[in-house]
Amino acid sequence: MNDENLVIETHNLTKQYGKFTAVDKLDLQIRRGEVYGLLGPNGSGKTTTILMILGLTEPTSGSVRVLGYDPERNPLSVKARVGYLPDQIGFYDNLTARENLIYIAKLNGLSRIEAYSRIDEALERMGLADVSNKHVGAFSRGMRQRLGVADLLIKRPQIIIMDEPTLGLDPEAARLFLNIIRELGDSGITILLSSHLLYQVQEVCDRVGLFHRGHKMLEGTVDDLAQRVLGGAFRIKLQTNGDHAQSIEEALRSLPDITSLRQGDNHWFVLEATSDVRSAAANAVMRAGGDLKRLDIEIPSLDEIYAQYFEEVEHAQIA
Amino acid sequence: MLKSLNLGSTREREGSPWRGLWVVVAKDMADHLTSARMRIMELLIVLTAAGTVYAAMQNIRSTVGRDPFVFLKLFTTSQDPLPAFIGFLGFLVPLLAITLAFDAVNGEFNQRTLSRVLAQPIYRDALLLGKFLAGLFTLALVLATIWLLIIGLGILGLGLPPSGEEVARILVFLVGTIFYGGVWLALALVFSTVFRQSATAALASIAVWLFFMVFWSIVVSSLARILQPGEPTTLQQALNQAQLLQTLTRFSPNTLYVEATVGLLNPAVRSFGLVLPTELQGALIGSPLPLDQSILLIWPHLTGLIAITLLLFAIAYVLFQRQEIRA
Repeated sequence: MNDENLVIETHNLTKQYGKFTAVDKLDLQIRRGEVYGLLGPNGSGKTTTILMILGLTEPTSGSVRVLGYDPERNPLSVKARVGYLPDQIGFYDNLTARENLIYIAKLNGLSRIEAYSRIDEALERMGLADVSNKHVGAFSRGMRQRLGVADLLIKRPQIIIMDEPTLGLDPEAARLFLNIIRELGDSGITILLSSHLLYQVQEVCDRVGLFHRGHKMLEGTVDDLAQRVLGGAFRIKLQTNGDHAQSIEEALRSLPDITSLRQGDNHWFVLEATSDVRSAAANAVMRAGGDLKRLDIEIPSLDEIYAQYFEEVEHAQIA
Repeated sequence: MLKSLNLGSTREREGSPWRGLWVVVAKDMADHLTSARMRIMELLIVLTAAGTVYAAMQNIRSTVGRDPFVFLKLFTTSQDPLPAFIGFLGFLVPLLAITLAFDAVNGEFNQRTLSRVLAQPIYRDALLLGKFLAGLFTLALVLATIWLLIIGLGILGLGLPPSGEEVARILVFLVGTIFYGGVWLALALVFSTVFRQSATAALASIAVWLFFMVFWSIVVSSLARILQPGEPTTLQQALNQAQLLQTLTRFSPNTLYVEATVGLLNPAVRSFGLVLPTELQGALIGSPLPLDQSILLIWPHLTGLIAITLLLFAIAYVLFQRQEIRA
């Protein structure tokens, strides 16, 4: 891995509140341009990690580097380049959306002209242009969340850190917001987000780290993790019209990467594989003279991975 | 020395701690000046000023021409049943100051704006000092307006302009009043850092204010009795007892302010507390002191008020720097 491309790096990062260790010897490496998910249940140390990365709370020991800066010694350089969306974002309710953003732009030392053009651009991009002169007190949670992103965009950040970005949003607003995250990621901004809603964020994250009691237990792409934890990660279901069942089964069994195969009712075949063998399976059915009616794949969810993994961990601890 | 210290320190922070200070001051002042509670307080003070000054004018019209310090009398003259304006100031200024600062820090917490603001490239120093200065400037603005109104009313009602010395005394009195407000502003700032609930911070500030307004004199007299028990038998003992009582009383910012006010607005005052007849030898009783002598007389009071303000602000500063910002 090229050092140039590491934008966030922590080494042995530890935070203790009294006797309670919130984050324990964390080594985290985040590359430029990736969307990294810090996932885990409440109280697993995600927010504390984020606050240490931003220099808003001091680590007990260990080190953090953000874009080559130490957040403890160069907090201004870090905060000028990193945007932070807190888990429960607040605005001054007595001010309008635009006034709230002007305050932030001024705190970032932008000139008036520069500030106004960036604010217009950010509000436009978040679809808030027509409510920009309304008081924030009347905004819905989804609008506040989008205003929060507009607020980040004003400083043109290289890194965006979001704490529980989809918490408290209705499914539609959450979907919209995940789209925004994906767009931001596609525009080249490195994104670190934390969440306990695993199923929501798994589709936007390039890599995830699963946290448990201040430790990073697992890390990798969702597929990687599924592979490691669940073994056969891909479950493919095929439905045929019922002809040539015997030869179809033989053809499927000869495919590479297959870990199990069974026949269900109504001419369903269920096979588990370590890679996505959908097209190979479909070809196999054709070659065996079968007629394919349906082909489904169950992509393993992070929830499943998480539950499975911690079940194993706890069993291991008991034993 | 300083340079080598800086080089040796690996914890040195980059940039100025005051970056963004004036942005915070401007925003908070704008908030103060447009908030409903400030309008209520302003209305209250303006009405009080108008009422007391009008009453005072009724009283002093008869002495215009004979008294060289008639404008100072506008502040100090009372007309039954209304107390003098300075009497009202003693409790209106603390109330105004507490109103300005009791939710300065915890308000940001409760609105959940604190973490977002501190994620901008500024230090906490700028935020806290900005909030304090915004309060102090608002206070100064309100008080200066009232002062000008009173002087204007005086010129209209009495038909003569204030003398240079009167203007100077009134200005020093304004500065003293602002710092008296500064004490309560800093106190409310401390409580707004300590307590997460704005209401608790407001109540705590008002409790301290009431303690000094009402109970401190009671506490002081019983404290003096405990520290120097028994009836005084000699003159020296009586003197000591009186001095102890006065020293204890002066721990209250209210006492400092009242004494400073009296010293400034009543030029004939040449000492506070007990004066022995031997000390008055050769003095022209009742003749006014020059301005510099009056200022010399109240200098300890002024510095005392400023010192309390700075001390309280320092406490708020330390508390705020150490505070965890996660809600």
